[in-house]
Amino acid sequence: MLTITNLSASVGDKQILRGINLTVNAGEVHAIMGPNGSGKSTLAQVIAGHPGYEVTGGSIEYEGKDLLELEPEERAHAGVFLAFQYPIEIPGVTNAYFLRTAYNEVRKARGEGEVDPMDFLDVMAEKLKLVEMDESMLHRSVNQGFSGGEKKRNEILQMAVLEPKLAVLDETDSGLDIDALRIVADGVNKLRRPGNATIVVTHYQRLLNHIVPDFVHVLAGGRIIKSGGKELALELEARGYDWLLEHETTAGAAR
Amino acid sequence: MTTEARDAYRQQFGGATTEGAEWLRALRTGAMTAFDTHGFPTTRNEDWHFTSPAPIIEAAFAPMMPALGTLTAADVEPFLVPGTEWATLVFVNGRYAPQLSRVEHLPDGVRVMNLASALLEEPTLVGAHLGSLARYDQQAFAFTALNTALLRDGAFLHVRQDTVVETPIHLVYLSDAGAEGGVSYPRNLIVVDRHAKATIIEQYGATGDARYFTNAVTEAVIADGATLTHYKVQREGRKAFHVGHIEATQGRDSHFISFSFATGAALSRNNIYTRLAGAGCGATLNGLYMLDGEQICDHQTSIEHAEPNCYSRELYKGVLDDSSHGVFNGKVYVHPVAQKTDGKQTNNTLLLSPRARIDTKPQLEIFADDVKCTHGATIGQLDDRMAFYLKSRGVGAESARQLLTYAFAADVLETIELEPLKGELEKSALERFVSK
Ligand SMILES: Nc1ncnc2c1ncn2[C@@H]1O[C@H](COP(=O)(O)OP(=O)(O)O)[C@@H](O)[C@H]1O
Ligand SMILES: [Mg+2]
Repeated sequence: MLTITNLSASVGDKQILRGINLTVNAGEVHAIMGPNGSGKSTLAQVIAGHPGYEVTGGSIEYEGKDLLELEPEERAHAGVFLAFQYPIEIPGVTNAYFLRTAYNEVRKARGEGEVDPMDFLDVMAEKLKLVEMDESMLHRSVNQGFSGGEKKRNEILQMAVLEPKLAVLDETDSGLDIDALRIVADGVNKLRRPGNATIVVTHYQRLLNHIVPDFVHVLAGGRIIKSGGKELALELEARGYDWLLEHETTAGAAR
Repeated sequence: MTTEARDAYRQQFGGATTEGAEWLRALRTGAMTAFDTHGFPTTRNEDWHFTSPAPIIEAAFAPMMPALGTLTAADVEPFLVPGTEWATLVFVNGRYAPQLSRVEHLPDGVRVMNLASALLEEPTLVGAHLGSLARYDQQAFAFTALNTALLRDGAFLHVRQDTVVETPIHLVYLSDAGAEGGVSYPRNLIVVDRHAKATIIEQYGATGDARYFTNAVTEAVIADGATLTHYKVQREGRKAFHVGHIEATQGRDSHFISFSFATGAALSRNNIYTRLAGAGCGATLNGLYMLDGEQICDHQTSIEHAEPNCYSRELYKGVLDDSSHGVFNGKVYVHPVAQKTDGKQTNNTLLLSPRARIDTKPQLEIFADDVKCTHGATIGQLDDRMAFYLKSRGVGAESARQLLTYAFAADVLETIELEPLKGELEKSALERFVSK
């Protein structure tokens, strides 16, 4: 589904990603872990098409298409979704209007008809239940005045509405208490389909107890320095990242 | 340039002097003399520094021809608010059109009619107030002087003590194809007695594409404890010029709530003046202007705090595209006696194009020491982070721009308490940037 080959990206003249290789197949869950500032969000934003990051080398193939050629909205239409680490507030636009506009734009792109506001409320009733959100959230401005946890839930609500094929969740667990974490994880699990894939960017093992990954990758210094199964996450939890980073430095020096 | 134009206006005045009661003739003559003395302002006049009235003056508009008489209810329909049955006075090319108007379902204690009729039916009340509020004896107010000298018709509203008019009264000023090259002088007088309450919508629009000039003046007397809500909707034709002056005086514990919505005209100047002349009263002046092409839209507000314990709130927002030019000049004057004045003024601008321009000038003159007066202005572009967030959810660049533009304007539109009008103006704001 997704093949990232030797991807490099920078902001201004700061090189952040330095040759990422990653293959994700339909049905898989990949976890990406790593220290702060290692480039995890950058990778997520590049997949979503953020214009602030310049791709300086490599490629991303998504379902046989050159993903980097597509505008951000075209990526969304093609089924790519990013749950933002820091969701954006949009004062003056209600959540309901925002979600319906997004829903209809994606439907239009897929050749399906638009739904009117009343029918959309029916669609929403079920999605709201998935993330245990109250209907009143629909009538507030997008993310404005939302608590950290509400913002993260709102991201998953958007995911539920857009039903993406490839979901990238960027630290969706950070700032959540145990209950909220369970709600968010359950929501993501319920949205899983055999044809879909999920990339979970996280700092902590605890989310991975709920969303069990098939593969775990460690991103450091803009590169994936180690990949493994779900047990790698447990090892990282116990030992931290330092042993890997030292290993990487020696390996680098030896080359 | 100005001598010719002045001569032309003096000529227009020739016929008017003989019309009406003696007090009216004296008012007209006084105003014409004031105009003669001061002439038209230029950008050297501080009040016209950012907007040159020269294009209006040079066009030397002639008195507007009466309407072609061909406008039907269907032509007026687009200017009405769907689903409402508000009392409506329609004026075409400055003349009252009774066959297009409807004045019914109003409570006792409310008098609504055209000013020409009121001059005959309510001469004492009209005589007491007409020309007493809207200042004209300065160069900056040359257009008000001309309106006063040449006024012909407009609307008259009188709400008696303790009378509450629940539904708004809609004044619709239309210019049709016959307005080409002409000027009209709408003149409105609103008198709201003690503890009475009324809502007025003053709308300007065009059914054709004529190049014309609307020179309008509205005076409002808001007595003790009374409330007047005034909406101005300026959607003049794209080639038109518009200068409108609204001037209110407020009694003790009264409220004046004004909203100015402006999307029309090639060049418009909108004055909204109020004098807080009784203790404990308040004024809320809000507005939204959305411009594109080469449009120029200038708002000048003036709030005069003449008594203690009054508040004023101002929120003006502008959305400027292409090479348009917005001006906001907010004057607040606090007299020495006006202690405990609480004033707040905000002007926010969204620039959609690098060629668009805003001149914003807060002008606070405070002569009392125990007051709270603040002002703030922001000028910004569309937020890239918001745009990307929307795009990442599948919303195309155009829709994202439209949605964010609307979002910028949403909070000021939200202050409109008249729901059907709010809906109408929201729609108008949303549609404004669709075809870009
Ligand atoms: N827009 C930006 N401008 C400047 N530096 C940035 C920007 N985005 C990310 N960075 C830098 O790139 C590095 C990687 O950031 P990020 O991808 O957010 O890391 P992570 O998500 O792994 O914590 C950090 O050093 C960060 O400061
Ligand atoms: Mg991050």
